Amino acid sequence: MLTLECPYCGVKAEETELTAGGEAHLKRYGPGSSDEDFESYLFVRKNPKGVHFERWRHAYGCGKWFLAARCTATLEVFGTYPAQSKEPPAELQAKIRAKRPNWEGYR
Amino acid sequence: MSTRLSKGGRLIDRTKPLSFTFNGRRMKGYHGDTLASALLGAGQTMVGRSFKYHRPRGVMASGAEEPNALVGLGQGGRFEPNQRTTTTELFEGAETISQNHWPSLEFDIGAINNKVARFLPAGFYYKTFMFPRFAWKHVFEPIVRQSAGLGKVPQHRDEDRYEYAYAFADVVIVGGGIAGIASALAAGRAGKRVWLIEQSAHWGGRAVVDGVQIDGQDAGDWVKNAIETLGKMANVTLRGRTMAAGLYDHGYLLAYERIADHTPGDGRPRHRLWRIRAGHVVTATGAIERPLSFAGNDIPGVMLASAVRDYVVNWGVSPGDRTVIVTNSDDAYRTALALLDAGLVVPAVIDARPEAKGELPEAVRARGVRVLAGHGIAKVKGGKEVTGVSVCIQAGEGAEIESIACDAVAMSGGWSPVVHLWSHCGGKLLWDEAQAMFRPDPKRPATGDDGAAMVTAVGAANGILTPHEILADAHRAAGGTGTAPGAVAAVEAPMQPVWIMPQGAGPALRMKMWLDPQNDVKVSDVQLAAREGYESVEHTKRYTTLGMATDQGKISNINGLAVLSDALSQAIPATGTTTFRPPYTPISMGAIAGEARGEIFQPLRRTPMHGWHETHGAHWEPVGQWRRAYCYLRSGEGVHDAVNREIRNTRNAVGLLDASTLGKIIVKGPDAGRFLDMLYTNLMSTLPVGKCRYGLMCTENGFLSDDGVVVRLTEDTWLCHTTTGGAERIHGWMEDWLQCEWWDWKVYTANVTEEYAQVAVAGPNARKLLEKLGGMDVSKEAFPAMEWREGTLGGFRARIYRISFSGELSYEVAVPASEGLAFWEALLKAGEALGVMPYGTEAMHIMRAEKGFIMIGDETDGTVIPQDLNLQWAISKKKDDYLGKRAQERKHMVDPDRWKLVGLETLDGSVIPDGAYAAAEGVNANGQRNMQGRVTSTYFSPTLGKGIAMGLVKRGPDRMGEVLDFPVDNGKVVKARIVDPVFFDKDGEKQNV
Repeated sequence: MLTLECPYCGVKAEETELTAGGEAHLKRYGPGSSDEDFESYLFVRKNPKGVHFERWRHAYGCGKWFLAARCTATLEVFGTYPAQSKEPPAELQAKIRAKRPNWEGYR
Repeated sequence: MSTRLSKGGRLIDRTKPLSFTFNGRRMKGYHGDTLASALLGAGQTMVGRSFKYHRPRGVMASGAEEPNALVGLGQGGRFEPNQRTTTTELFEGAETISQNHWPSLEFDIGAINNKVARFLPAGFYYKTFMFPRFAWKHVFEPIVRQSAGLGKVPQHRDEDRYEYAYAFADVVIVGGGIAGIASALAAGRAGKRVWLIEQSAHWGGRAVVDGVQIDGQDAGDWVKNAIETLGKMANVTLRGRTMAAGLYDHGYLLAYERIADHTPGDGRPRHRLWRIRAGHVVTATGAIERPLSFAGNDIPGVMLASAVRDYVVNWGVSPGDRTVIVTNSDDAYRTALALLDAGLVVPAVIDARPEAKGELPEAVRARGVRVLAGHGIAKVKGGKEVTGVSVCIQAGEGAEIESIACDAVAMSGGWSPVVHLWSHCGGKLLWDEAQAMFRPDPKRPATGDDGAAMVTAVGAANGILTPHEILADAHRAAGGTGTAPGAVAAVEAPMQPVWIMPQGAGPALRMKMWLDPQNDVKVSDVQLAAREGYESVEHTKRYTTLGMATDQGKISNINGLAVLSDALSQAIPATGTTTFRPPYTPISMGAIAGEARGEIFQPLRRTPMHGWHETHGAHWEPVGQWRRAYCYLRSGEGVHDAVNREIRNTRNAVGLLDASTLGKIIVKGPDAGRFLDMLYTNLMSTLPVGKCRYGLMCTENGFLSDDGVVVRLTEDTWLCHTTTGGAERIHGWMEDWLQCEWWDWKVYTANVTEEYAQVAVAGPNARKLLEKLGGMDVSKEAFPAMEWREGTLGGFRARIYRISFSGELSYEVAVPASEGLAFWEALLKAGEALGVMPYGTEAMHIMRAEKGFIMIGDETDGTVIPQDLNLQWAISKKKDDYLGKRAQERKHMVDPDRWKLVGLETLDGSVIPDGAYAAAEGVNANGQRNMQGRVTSTYFSPTLGKGIAMGLVKRGPDRMGEVLDFPVDNGKVVKARIVDPVFFDKDGEKQNV
């Protein structure tokens, strides 16, 4: 059972307090978008073995959504940050790059 | 035969005798005994039969690794099968029964399997029960079911209670032997929050039995002093009888405390499941001795050498008068010395190594015992008990050199570190050639959330078997400063791996060499699996069932995979181990459930009127975590009659429905209208203050997810009603979009579901009833449909919505939750003369179906879009975007062949079964009949006096009047005509009065 620190309330929360929301940093495609773009938005996920960015909600705590960078193979947590982020914070990206030199980046 | 010695036994108190029964026979033991030591002490060498061949079985081990000595323990609500006698403490009056035999332990019909064992090899079931197919159901399955299963299933409700507990620690040290104690001392002195847990009731592990000296004291004294020291440290928690069952992600450790197994019925919880968050876990879990594979190694009286000395030293029990020892290392000579010290006879030590010249063998020789180096056991003689051994050359094929009479055999094949916890979360192992064991690879531990090691193995669990080095390792690993405790023990010569005894044994002997005595897997079975192409150890395990019994192969797995490696002509590490999975030893289902059973299995949500419903005949229906009244039963009335009465009364007079469970979410802010326009398929921003509008919500995949009436409270505030089960989900859905997608929009949401009690007042007399309460103008002119008013109704602060889900003149009245019951009772009192009567959810369902209103979860199932339900009128054409709009533009979603909502009327007036499918011509690619529609809601309508149904039918609305075939049970076909889904009051004359 994972523990993730909620970046809003600072609590190191256990998985039972959290709900998972799947891959982070997806771009929403609405009416007028191509079938390919819409398919990739709705159905296509990276599902990597390694560094992954995810949405989590501190559902049984402060109720806030946040994002987490985590290794799906070792379960190492690189960091968490607010959901209101267009991309992972630069220092978090630098930290991941230092630990995983072959990381391809979050996109 | 085993017996109790006249003296000795460091754990038993001879002044406290205890009586217990085995298969109804009265026996005596002592306080401090385990069931196993008490049975052996009472001379009960044979304690059960094996699973497959029903061979006689006795106690083989002295701890958690025991494969054979399982019993049914207790009576009635405290009966439990498969209790491991070696880890069950004896208590006064314990009632035990042996397992896997019929009619009796001594005489067993199933033992015929032993005689035909040649015809029951590995994979027998897979190979045999294939053909003919009909035989499976009528012949094979009944036989397999009769003989399957270990022990008997309890028949009564569990009388005990169980609980969870939570703990946090910097370091959890698992194992209370000298390694665990040394680690706890080091970590405790460093000021860390330490937990030290031990699965048995005693501290000290092997060292106290093996006569080790620590810091100039007997190990027993050192352990006693150390535990006292630890007990005085405020930062150290000691827990005996607590087994670490599994280690999971990020240091989450499950531990199983057996609080009252040895004091049943004393009022304490029987088991406690500890859910511990550990900063770091130190596994000081020791090692388990391996058996040797020689013919007849499963006969009662053949035991692990370490267990033999445990029984002698700990419990003063002799396994037999004459015990032959067979080994491949120096360690087993300790057993010889312990037996000699107890005054028992050791006819010989049979050592597979070419020579035995270490300190311990010499000490045994000096006591006049024959040491037969380079020898092995060709076979054990005896059936239900050992009568002797046939000695051979280890290098040979098993020709008997001499026969030695004995009644017990102590075997030692080396030690396997207990690496389960180390491995549960991904810790890797390496093969230690010199000691012939898998041990933790310190370079590849399980890692935690910071990417650093979260587990450290110490002592024997780390592959270190000498006490001095064990203490140094445990001290260092726990961050100890200064010198580690020092130990003195005999120096041992190297062991030599022996996987088969003798090494050239032929098929006849290999068929009698047991690897897994609980599941009856022999050397020959694993070799057969290899010949048949099972190369992966995981496949071989499943094919032969090696290590799949309740002991999970604690003593058998390494021997099994060594035999497999040999058969595959590859090195042992190339074969690898099977996966170690929690729990380490079985834990009770009760402990997993904890307190969550019966009424508190899950939280129950009650409306303010719940208690009234309960005392007025409510027939409950679970809806999410709520209980809603399905109907209200009057004395002598059936459910069906009650529902019909409630409907007739609502249609003809006035009914009350407790609608408090409906979700109520406030959405407020400058951008609230814009936000709701995205959330709902229709326009909510244009809804005038004071009005209500029915709305639909879809997922991004276009499918209908929830519906409800939206109310504009003020210029910037809306109240969204959701379905009963949807409140939390929809609130979360709103927050998701607000926080993660449109976070610059100024909107707040609040789930106020439980702040209001809500009552639907429906029926021709609804207005009269509200007028009788008085205080608000509810006339047709002042209060039209789909509007709301706030005011004081009969003295209650009320907000009234004029909305109808029944098709009747209807007002839904919301009052503060605290006034809900009083308001409900006021309505009933005021309505007496008007024929008021409460109605339940079933009446609500039928009335809405009579009106053709859809229900989320009936007409929808996650694959239905609003357009399928002819709800185009609720989908805004003006909006560029809403959640689900893009998805609804996909080709398949606009296909005219989609199944769409229609009414269905049976030709004979009967009720079609729910979920029935309408058959079409022809068959599909799988040879199944083609279908063209299905029933989504179906009821008997008391209003119309016939069955009515709604369903989704291919191009349904274009096919009005067509008759469809609905095949139901037993080849019967119900014919139903496609009709308008609005069955009752099509023009809405009843509600618009």
